[in-house]
Amino acid sequence: MTGDIIMRGRGVYPGRAEGLALVSSMPISGFGGINPLTGTITERRHELVGQSFKGRILVFPGAKGSSGWASNFQATRLAGAAPGAMIFCKMSTKIALGVVVMRVPAVTELDGDPLVLIQSGDHVCVDGDQGMVVIRRPS
Amino acid sequence: MRLTDDEKRLLDGEGGPARRAAMQLLVCYGNVLGAERLVDTNNVAGGGVASLPNRRDVVANPMDMDATFSLLSLDSDEAFEIPPVKANTYKLIEGMDARHWQLQGVSERTRAIVEQSQSFCGKLGISKCNTCTPYQVGNVPMFGEHCAWMESSAVIFINSVLGARSNCEGAQSTGAASLVGKIPYWRLHTTEGRRATHHVRVEYRVDDMMDWGLLGYWLGETLDDAIPVLTGELGPGELRKLKHFGAAAATSGGIEMYHLVGRTPEAPSLDAALGSRPAREELVFTDAHRREAYANLNSATDPNVDFIMLGCPHNSLEQIRLIVRLLEGRKVHSDTALWIFTPNALRDVADRQGYTEILQKAGAVLMSDTCPALGRVKPEGARVVATDSCKQAHYLPATLGLPTYFGTVEDCVHSAVAGRWVGGLR
Repeated sequence: MTGDIIMRGRGVYPGRAEGLALVSSMPISGFGGINPLTGTITERRHELVGQSFKGRILVFPGAKGSSGWASNFQATRLAGAAPGAMIFCKMSTKIALGVVVMRVPAVTELDGDPLVLIQSGDHVCVDGDQGMVVIRRPS
Repeated sequence: MRLTDDEKRLLDGEGGPARRAAMQLLVCYGNVLGAERLVDTNNVAGGGVASLPNRRDVVANPMDMDATFSLLSLDSDEAFEIPPVKANTYKLIEGMDARHWQLQGVSERTRAIVEQSQSFCGKLGISKCNTCTPYQVGNVPMFGEHCAWMESSAVIFINSVLGARSNCEGAQSTGAASLVGKIPYWRLHTTEGRRATHHVRVEYRVDDMMDWGLLGYWLGETLDDAIPVLTGELGPGELRKLKHFGAAAATSGGIEMYHLVGRTPEAPSLDAALGSRPAREELVFTDAHRREAYANLNSATDPNVDFIMLGCPHNSLEQIRLIVRLLEGRKVHSDTALWIFTPNALRDVADRQGYTEILQKAGAVLMSDTCPALGRVKPEGARVVATDSCKQAHYLPATLGLPTYFGTVEDCVHSAVAGRWVGGLR
């Protein structure tokens, strides 16, 4: 018996991935907000500045800032520094295009608030085919 | 997504493999958005190819333009021979100024990539405006025109001030749109998606460029990607001020459109801007917010400023003229560089006006085609920057790793002469 939490929403990029969550309550800027070669957040006043999302399940409200968002996140894929999967709340053209070119499982429109339910370091499974997120909480 | 017959034919490969890849990308992207269909566009502003840092660094051979465009502008692993663009397409910021690349510290390798990229744009029929402000140099979209533009500061300007319709597109969606003349019909392409969501009453009088910038920077940080309608104590807001205001709002947040009641074309009244719905939220902008934005933007403490950057978004002729007047009879300090950025077409006029020469005699340099934040160009050894742009002040600490002062254009020019920061919030 475990205390797993299951959330359902819309899968926007297919595939399954699991790993440790990295949660940001603030939106993320692509250009000028990350170093795409390392996956590190570089925005000066960002709560995650200095931390890398490489291989992590990135949980955040959505994209902000420059239109170079998708280019920078495509570069994370090409540099091997992309997140393992993405869970986000607010749809925008920046993040939609970013999802397409990053090619990692992605889910949005969840029936629970991922920013509240998921904590950094939680073990999370993302199923982009089913539009499902499972937070593993061994009890 | 619902596709027309001509769109289906493009997907079937009728226009060749590159246009098929472009359609595949747009369909995939439109599905993620939840768009019902595509819309025709004949006005694209895009980044193009591999001349900027982080792009030229992640492709195997950035000199191979067909492969680079296929990967970076269509997200295709397969390399196609890229045909001429179908839609009118305008190149945004480049990686260097061809006149001053050595002064800008650009490597021989980067120079070669930029030249290759420029020649490729020419072959495809992409207009080499090389500016973040195509609307200042010959591409002024019409009211209601469906566009596919990148460059957040330009997108917010054409939506809000001109009433053109574009979401904030990216390198791959504009690359695809340029080849097939289509873009997802979503949010800001629809009348409903352009209505204001939040009402902001401006109580602190906003008139000069600095305060327009600070208002924008606060708005973006406060509202994220909402569509604000503003009323209250707003000065006339000429082009240079709204250009600056929108750039700031699209930097600290993701604002892509705003309304100024009685000023911008889709806001003849507060009620019209809101589409006769109540605002989701009412906010007030006060002097305290202005001070907070100013404090958030300033990351430098060392008074010895050695690099002053003006012209983000790219300066207009009136802005260059103002700098020329401020510098008249004065000299930039020997330990400080003053770089001013404008579109190449406007620098041509500045040359003819004699501005370029006056600036040069004063020790300043008029540059075009690039900017420090995107091209990562800077004077050798620069340590502390000052700028009149909220956007550059926000991005430079992250992209160049340099602490930055933000101030008025007058503060910046006086500081360039003094060799130390003499600005401040008044």
